[in-house]
Amino acid sequence: MNPLVPMIASTVVAATPLIYAALGETVVERSGVLNLGIEGMMLIGAVAGFAATRGSGSDTVGFLAAAAAGIALSLVFGFLTLNLQTNQVATGLALTLFGIGLSAFVGHDLAGLPVDRLAPLKIPVLSSIPVLGDLLFHYDIMVYLSIALFLGVQWFLTRSRPGLTLRAIGESPAVAHAIGKSVLKTRYLAVMFGGATAGIAGAYLSLVQTPMWVEGMSAGKGWIALALVVFGTWKPARVVVGAYLFGGVTQFQLFAQGFGLPIPTEFLSMLPYAATVVVLVIICRDPKTILLNQPASLGHSFHSAA
Amino acid sequence: MQLNKTLKSLPLCIAAGLMATLPVASFAAEPLKVAFVYLGPRGDGGWTQQHDMGRLGLEKEMGDKIKTTFVENVPETADSERVFRQLASDGYTLIFATSFGYMEPLQKVAKLFPKVKFEHVNGFKTAPNISVYEPRFEEGFYLIGVLAGQMTKSNTLGFIGSFPIPSVIRNIDSMTLGAQSVNPKATTKAIWVNTWYDPGKERQAADTLIAQGADNVAQNTDSPASIQAAQEKGTYAFSIDADMAKFGPKAQLSGTTEDWSGYYIAETKKVLDGSWTGNRHTRWGIKEGMVVMAPLNSAIPPAAVKVFEEKKAAIVSGSLNPFAGPIKDNTGKELVAAGKTLDDATFNSLSTYVAGIDGSVPK
Repeated sequence: MNPLVPMIASTVVAATPLIYAALGETVVERSGVLNLGIEGMMLIGAVAGFAATRGSGSDTVGFLAAAAAGIALSLVFGFLTLNLQTNQVATGLALTLFGIGLSAFVGHDLAGLPVDRLAPLKIPVLSSIPVLGDLLFHYDIMVYLSIALFLGVQWFLTRSRPGLTLRAIGESPAVAHAIGKSVLKTRYLAVMFGGATAGIAGAYLSLVQTPMWVEGMSAGKGWIALALVVFGTWKPARVVVGAYLFGGVTQFQLFAQGFGLPIPTEFLSMLPYAATVVVLVIICRDPKTILLNQPASLGHSFHSAA
Repeated sequence: MQLNKTLKSLPLCIAAGLMATLPVASFAAEPLKVAFVYLGPRGDGGWTQQHDMGRLGLEKEMGDKIKTTFVENVPETADSERVFRQLASDGYTLIFATSFGYMEPLQKVAKLFPKVKFEHVNGFKTAPNISVYEPRFEEGFYLIGVLAGQMTKSNTLGFIGSFPIPSVIRNIDSMTLGAQSVNPKATTKAIWVNTWYDPGKERQAADTLIAQGADNVAQNTDSPASIQAAQEKGTYAFSIDADMAKFGPKAQLSGTTEDWSGYYIAETKKVLDGSWTGNRHTRWGIKEGMVVMAPLNSAIPPAAVKVFEEKKAAIVSGSLNPFAGPIKDNTGKELVAAGKTLDDATFNSLSTYVAGIDGSVPK
């Protein structure tokens, strides 16, 4: 078998949770809210999805439970930052710490238990095409849904009226408020959407990537998702490309080792993070690109005078 | 279900906590207080779980002559120093530190509490009140190699390494030597993931090794992710620390586990009869029962099992040393001459691959 095929396949699996989490955060940030709690919501989603799938035997139930758990946690964030106007950065960090602790507590008895992995789809004819079938038609349903989610978010943000409203709110909540748009409602919905996708991203880890529950199993992927949103300059298409790029770099370092390439492993482990820094520097060298897309009110609380 | 269980056990925990605070009738002889400090949670399904089973084995053996406690999830940082200090001031006279990274904090605390006896796993720094204990993992990995060498069809074995430190390099080397003792064509591919525990990364490493032709993958990292990978791909894998067969009943051929209870009982008895001393370095292997092989998979043909049992018996009797010469490193240089075994100094600082392992040890 062509060694590239499994490498690309693993890249896709590595990138999928990043796509979910980062697309959700893109929508949240486009509405002007900065939620740094992705890591916490992912872990809550991972443990909820795992528990629900073990209890019910159904992956669908698992992913729904994960989304619900992510939404529940995001509502805590929403209440604090949108209603009580707390600082978004501090609240988001607190949400991550809270999620890490809560998921460890709830999942204490779930550690060390197995669950069946969500099986890849078997598409008649297409899956059996040599090479191409292995490359494109051998994934689980969540991989295809992540592409659908991307198309949906892209359409929503650029073509739909509520999406344009959301972006207007992200740019200038005061103006949107003045013309009668509900800032609070839109931001709440955006935050809940981000919670749901982060929860699903977490469940992808505990049900597909490594079908088990482990404390802190997201291992920093929530932070990478956050970095990806900036990396993609708040544009869904670039965010998705970035996610595959990140997944690819992590894969490459393992493949390079297996082939015995004499590159220090620490250097390879560092690559994804170094890549983020490099891209951030490149982006920031051209303030126009970043300023064009960065929501102007990102991270600022909005208090309606009315 | 599991959530319910957690919630239901809450009142119990509270009740147990209350009972612990009640005054206990004093016995003629005060029981010896023994403490265990764990890196992970007791239910980690691996390293810490085995240590806790050792603690329970100790309690069972010694009954009311001792009283044990444990602190779990103690990071290998300055936090651990606080934990050791607290335990020592609470009157625990024998303290087992069950992770390598506690070495420096332990050195500090041991100086402050000269009467408290400390035991440290896998370390290399002792003191008048610190002794070190370490399993002979290389014996287990040699036997893994014996199985893998017979079961492989591609003649390619895989090894998921944590950090390229001597105690891990010993394992990949001895596995390769074990495999070559039954299959001279066997070679090993290594991937280092630079972590002890990251299921996502371990899974990717296993997938990568399998994709590159390794049909028998062993690991020196702690999660069952590689067993799951092998189960899905229809290849073989070996567990570490605990028996992980439930994650891949077809894939797991065997593995190394640890049984710490024998050592914990022996050391506690020494403290009780006053013969305990510091500055010792104890290495126990298969013979002493500290390294135990996980149950063999029924997929292994009887002939291969026979070879495995013979090699195991030879290790127990002492006639087989995994690092007996002649051994060459993978650049062709002689590591151990014929008729000799690896000397202690090289053993403790081993940093070369033996012949048959692809690539070179990451610097």
